[in-house]
Amino acid sequence: MKVVARFEVPYYQFLGETSAAIAKLPEFSQDRKYLLHLYRLMVLIRTFDSKAISLQRTGKLGTYPSTRGQEAVFVGIGAALASDDIFVPYYRDVGTLIQRGVSLTDILMYWGGDERGNCFSQNTTDMPFSVPVGSQPLHAAGIATALKIRGEKRAVLTTCGDGATSQGDFYEAMNLAGVWRLPLVFVVSNNQWAISVSRDQQTAAETLAQKAIAAGFNGEQVDGNDVIAVRERVHVALEAARNEHKPTLLEIISYRQSDHTTADDASRYEAKGARDAAWVHEPIARLRVYLENQGWWSAAEEEAYLNECQAEVEKSVNAYLAMPPQDPASIFDYLYQTLPSIYQTQRDDLLQKGNLEHE
Amino acid sequence: MSEITLVEAITQALAYEMRVDPSVILFGEDIAKNGGVFRATQGLLAEFGPERVRDTPLAESMIAGVAIGMAIAGLKPVAEFQFMGFIYPALDQIINHAARIRNRTRGLKSCPAVFRAPYGAGIHAPEHHSESTEAIFAHIPGLRVVIPSSPKRAYGLLLASIRDPDPVVFLEPSRLYRFAKQEVPDDGKALPLDVCFTLRVGTDVTLVSWGAMVKETLAAADKLAEQGIKAEVIDVATIKPLDIETILRSVEKTGRCVIIHEAARTCGVGADISAQVAEQGLLFLKAPVQRVTGYDTIVPYARLEKLYLPTEDNIITAVITAMEYA
Repeated sequence: MKVVARFEVPYYQFLGETSAAIAKLPEFSQDRKYLLHLYRLMVLIRTFDSKAISLQRTGKLGTYPSTRGQEAVFVGIGAALASDDIFVPYYRDVGTLIQRGVSLTDILMYWGGDERGNCFSQNTTDMPFSVPVGSQPLHAAGIATALKIRGEKRAVLTTCGDGATSQGDFYEAMNLAGVWRLPLVFVVSNNQWAISVSRDQQTAAETLAQKAIAAGFNGEQVDGNDVIAVRERVHVALEAARNEHKPTLLEIISYRQSDHTTADDASRYEAKGARDAAWVHEPIARLRVYLENQGWWSAAEEEAYLNECQAEVEKSVNAYLAMPPQDPASIFDYLYQTLPSIYQTQRDDLLQKGNLEHE
Repeated sequence: MSEITLVEAITQALAYEMRVDPSVILFGEDIAKNGGVFRATQGLLAEFGPERVRDTPLAESMIAGVAIGMAIAGLKPVAEFQFMGFIYPALDQIINHAARIRNRTRGLKSCPAVFRAPYGAGIHAPEHHSESTEAIFAHIPGLRVVIPSSPKRAYGLLLASIRDPDPVVFLEPSRLYRFAKQEVPDDGKALPLDVCFTLRVGTDVTLVSWGAMVKETLAAADKLAEQGIKAEVIDVATIKPLDIETILRSVEKTGRCVIIHEAARTCGVGADISAQVAEQGLLFLKAPVQRVTGYDTIVPYARLEKLYLPTEDNIITAVITAMEYA
């Protein structure tokens, strides 16, 4: 017997569990303003998240997937992306989207059942939400192919959850990215749960990151409760994609501090205490303690900023609630560039139905 | 000018559009070096190079999903599926994404992709290589489903499909790939989508068909003419969206409608045409609408497939039934 290949899966963490630096921090961490910016985004997202859940509970929002516990994952990704990179999200990516011109109001509209929330008003570059689990990495591969054919020095980054790694499309996209050497970064936000199916029931693989190895490129694990690690490793992966057409898979590990969505009840399957046990690693406190230890953040600043977040979220909620309804004909008007004439009578019928309802 | 086959007309259309539009990219399994299992892309790698004519790994959902990404990013992908029986892994991508991206982004993004696949029985192929499941796609809002039945229409309709701003499922009747030759000027002229083609004018009965069955339908019309029955023959060509107006105007004239398709009968596109004729043309009818279709069975393997396919005689019998009704 001889060994024909060996592989390693590295794990990256910069701020340890006690918020102390356990490795040499990346350059950007010296910038107080920059770290505060990341911190503020995470706090804003958490404030928004609580508000979205209460809107759903009071009948003002549809089913909503919480991002609680995963703030560092998506804030770190958004911070690392260049504005002309292309982001191909799944549906839990609020922290990234708000750094790319998508408003909290857009996000509320989408989950409130309004298609206009999915055509991100100030962002024409990125893809919309993708609900069919694991289907969007293929679109990212197609977009990355187009960028490469045109010789553009841009990268594509796509996200999905741990459950999506069991989908054929996820692997098919990685396989193609390997063969065609695409400027593409795959991020798996491993929050340990795919609705009720836990990470160990999803795959017997020791890591999700190692799935890249079968596709011929590197996979690594990143501490998803350490926003510094996320920002740094996503940045490195994007650089390799842009400059060397080297794809990377990042498994960013956190814990879903919520039900799957507001339609879910995790007490049916999640062991009592598991969420609390994971809470000690949650990402916001991790960075806050570090910032406080540096003397860069205080309790007073925290309190003032929380109020600011509340006000900003309130503003977005008010805009969402005040949004005038869509023209009912819009359900026909974007089916094709030009509606085939045979559907005109159905469109007329819908308009008549709409008028009757208003009377 | 020499005459060419339907599959050569496909190649000619692809080559024409690739010359005039650098955003057209071809990919699929075995399409580059090998020129496709039916040779529909023969010679294109040599002319256009490996950036624009690409062999993919063997994964159909991937082919569709990547086409969607490319289309959204401004390319004009023309993806080949080796056989219709292998397109099903791609249904999620085609139905959930290609057909919906314009709607779900309120027109901000679109998917001008073409999904090509050979389809239909009668070529003595192995299992899973003979399917006619076009109705699956015809059911999906946001898609176009286009089926040529001659070299000329293959050329003109494929050009139109590539130029169309929305996703098109382009199904090529493999039984007709090398059946007949026609002169097809390489003039880059597209044929219109969303309309039926009236191939033969008649006054006694309207024969409605598409794809490979157009061959038997035209032959049946010839035989019927010998008996003094003048059949109008309509090639639907775009089955989604369906040009029911042309069919209704014909049925108004003839009073009889026979629909011929190779696909299984239940929920075939013929059922919808029949329903629309009943809804909007009942008073034109002198006889009930007749359907001549494949059976509601799995398409049999090579030895029995001839029995599965509707024949010229089946069509003639259905027409006689309609003629004798009143």
